[in-house]
Amino acid sequence: MSTQSSEVSVAASEKPNVVTKSWKGNIREYGMLIALVVIMLFFQFLTDGVLLKPLNLTNLVLQNSYIIIMAIGMLLVIVAGHIDLSVGSVVGFIGALAAVLMVNFDWAVVPTVVVCLATGGLIGAAQGYWIAYYRIPAFIVTLAGMLVFKGLTLALLNGQSVGPFPETFQRLSSGFIPDLFGEGGFHMTSFLIGLALIAFLFITGYKTRQKQIAHQIAVEPFKFFLIKNAILSVAAGYILYLLSTYKGLPNVLIIMALLVSAYTFFTNKSTTGRRIYAIGGNEKAAMLSGINTKRLTFLTFVNMGVLAALAGMVFAARLNTATPKAGLAFELDVIAAVFIGGASMQGGVGKVTGAVIGALVMGVMNNGMSIMGIGIDWQQVIKGLVLLAAVIFDVYNKNKAS
Amino acid sequence: MAAILEMRQITKTFPGVKALNNVNLTVEEGEIHAIVGENGAGKSTLMKVLSGVHPADSYEGDIVYDGQVQSFKNISDSEDKGIIIIHQELALVPQLSIAENIFLGNEQAKAGLINWETTFKKTQELLHKVGLTDSPDSLIYDIGVGKQQLVEIAKALSKNVRLLILDEPTASLNEKDSDALLDLMLEFKRAGMSSILISHKLNEVRKVADTITVIRDGESVKTLDCREDGIDEKEIVKHMVGRPLEDRFPEKTATVGEVVFEVNNWNVYHHLKQDRQIVKNASLNVRRGEVVGIAGLMGAGRTELAMSLFGQSYGKNISGEALLHGKKLSLRTVSEAVQSGLAYVTEDRKNYGLVLIEDIVRNISLANLDGISKRGIIDDTGESGVAERYRKDLNIKCSNVYQKTVNLSGGNQQKVVLSKWLYSDPEVLILDEPTRGIDVGAKYEIYSIIDKLAAEGKSVLMISSEMPELLGMCDRIYVMNEGEIIGELTAKEASQEAIMSMIMKAGDKQHVDAIV
Repeated sequence: MSTQSSEVSVAASEKPNVVTKSWKGNIREYGMLIALVVIMLFFQFLTDGVLLKPLNLTNLVLQNSYIIIMAIGMLLVIVAGHIDLSVGSVVGFIGALAAVLMVNFDWAVVPTVVVCLATGGLIGAAQGYWIAYYRIPAFIVTLAGMLVFKGLTLALLNGQSVGPFPETFQRLSSGFIPDLFGEGGFHMTSFLIGLALIAFLFITGYKTRQKQIAHQIAVEPFKFFLIKNAILSVAAGYILYLLSTYKGLPNVLIIMALLVSAYTFFTNKSTTGRRIYAIGGNEKAAMLSGINTKRLTFLTFVNMGVLAALAGMVFAARLNTATPKAGLAFELDVIAAVFIGGASMQGGVGKVTGAVIGALVMGVMNNGMSIMGIGIDWQQVIKGLVLLAAVIFDVYNKNKAS
Repeated sequence: MAAILEMRQITKTFPGVKALNNVNLTVEEGEIHAIVGENGAGKSTLMKVLSGVHPADSYEGDIVYDGQVQSFKNISDSEDKGIIIIHQELALVPQLSIAENIFLGNEQAKAGLINWETTFKKTQELLHKVGLTDSPDSLIYDIGVGKQQLVEIAKALSKNVRLLILDEPTASLNEKDSDALLDLMLEFKRAGMSSILISHKLNEVRKVADTITVIRDGESVKTLDCREDGIDEKEIVKHMVGRPLEDRFPEKTATVGEVVFEVNNWNVYHHLKQDRQIVKNASLNVRRGEVVGIAGLMGAGRTELAMSLFGQSYGKNISGEALLHGKKLSLRTVSEAVQSGLAYVTEDRKNYGLVLIEDIVRNISLANLDGISKRGIIDDTGESGVAERYRKDLNIKCSNVYQKTVNLSGGNQQKVVLSKWLYSDPEVLILDEPTRGIDVGAKYEIYSIIDKLAAEGKSVLMISSEMPELLGMCDRIYVMNEGEIIGELTAKEASQEAIMSMIMKAGDKQHVDAIV
């Protein structure tokens, strides 16, 4: 008996060493993803299955699209070591601008969209200019911007709601991709597109892993890799299936997917993306390495402005009206999403996918708590605590690692 | 003499690493005890154990101080007993005055109200003891590093120090300030104080130490008594690295060719106070395969000269011309400077050289991302290949090239910075204090790299405050003082005395000018 137990303990003490190592490395990377799944299951249970009903799932995507779009831009801003408090007001302002152009001046949709995106870029440029070239803290500049654009929204709308929008514009947010097979009921096109995407992700993941092995970068064990991807694929496939039984993939989900993949690629593979991380990690060293830190910082804010403008239009299209209150406190949700997703306040650290997951964590909680009938008061309290807990968890992990 | 401190069989383990292994250290009452060892040998860890940063139950072994076994739980426990550490990175608040800093946390106050009169009076007394004449209300911000070091010591004195520990106190000081500091240590010794000196500079250690303990790889390998004869630097080095270092500098292999880089009448003004000229009419040149030194005291304008050349990264109203192979260069931005074939290896690698939160791979490629990318898309394979190549070439010690640079030792960090600039393939390398804070073994490696670069035909401009290093490495040395290049010495003419007397003479002349 005693010999047996000692043998077991020896084997146990050797094995976990390997397993825990890979777990530790991965739990940090997938911690937020696991948290998201747990939160989803938790609310699925508490709402008696309403959360994952096709209709609600579609709503979840539509409700959070504009936060996710802005979280991508905010991630870059935060990685560069700054912050943008004005995005909520910019959302309101651009929505108002779109409404005034289309409703009051009868502009067509396409020129309106172009002008709105350009205006967003200009707003970002106006703020980024002071931050990058005059070194005025971003907190101050964008705090000023927050007030300015909140005021301009009111001025533009004369304090009233303006709407409704042309139908084409509404589709930006409430439209779905057409079903080519036209069978009705099940949206086959959406389902196939989604499956192709999942297969693509699986293959790229595998290729990356092979490459990493070739370069002797530590990778998770193959079993772990398979299980992880299987779970992710099945989960994604299931959600896809649910969406397909309703109206298929929303247009805005396609926009989001394109943005997320484009920016993931940009941050991981492009020299410009790399330079933004370097600026956030150590601006002086980046500058002395020949990087034009000022121009890149400036462009990061321009990018944020454009994405905020896009989010503003998506939000206005969803409400089908521009209201003076649109965008109120959105900046807080966006910033929270980025930090929940693992970005560092000091800059230089953060991932696009992390920010997206962070946004989804916030979104699922909003949605789940609303279904449960929890009041807005307690929702805020809980969201605040989750943000704090996520960041504490992250900092604790980093301290333990070092 | 009785021992004031005995550390017996100290063993300290971090997860996965034995940082200290049965270390013994005995400091006699009233002596100066030097601790030497390579970076990462465990000197700082030992001092953290002593001062209570690592609390009593986190290590094995005993600390016997004043004849009693101590168990310090934090720094204030050890400070209460008169053990005061002055760290390499100074712990002063730049925006506060000298007086405020000295009594920070120990304010001369009654019922929470500070008595400024006593504060100032006591500060003046303390400053007098360390030989400072500055006013107690000068801001730390406005005084030089050398004086800041003395303020730290004054602060230690205010706490009734009995055992003063100085961790690399002269690392950022020039020769004159270093000497003053060492003299002060000797003076304290005469007054009966015991001190521990941690230093890389063996000449300093030899100058003041009574006893030397050598630490290597977490073990105390040898204690040498300097009062006995026959201890020289070679022997200390031998114990430090575990092998004899025959020569401290590599044999020169480069042949000097034609003039490559030339600077004429270079003027630079202070970046804030624009009437203050930092570099005055400086002219110099470097040849192919040549290592040219720039000697001078702290504040002579050497770094400012280098950084202003490197894409105007320092200064305002910069004028003068810089030529490469006789062709005039436009050096308005760092990127232009890099394109022109210049590289500047900073004296402050942590703040200006490395992105510490990123890995070796990403740091090496940072100045030449175009080299590992096509149309703005990075080739990961190529990038790690580059890092791998430099890891081998420069012998960067790391678990792999994906290790974060913050976890590397000083010498290896410096090699990463060097790799970054080598990968940008410059013709002219400006090295600013290339071996600062690096241990002896790694220094030799850096020297060998510099020599290899010169042999490959690069032109090297080397700024250093360590004169032996300049004398050992350079073919030619410019001497700089108060922003001016006051002289030029060939390797043959150059000696420590020749350089110092040049600086002293220039100082006298300026002094006379000022009076006239």
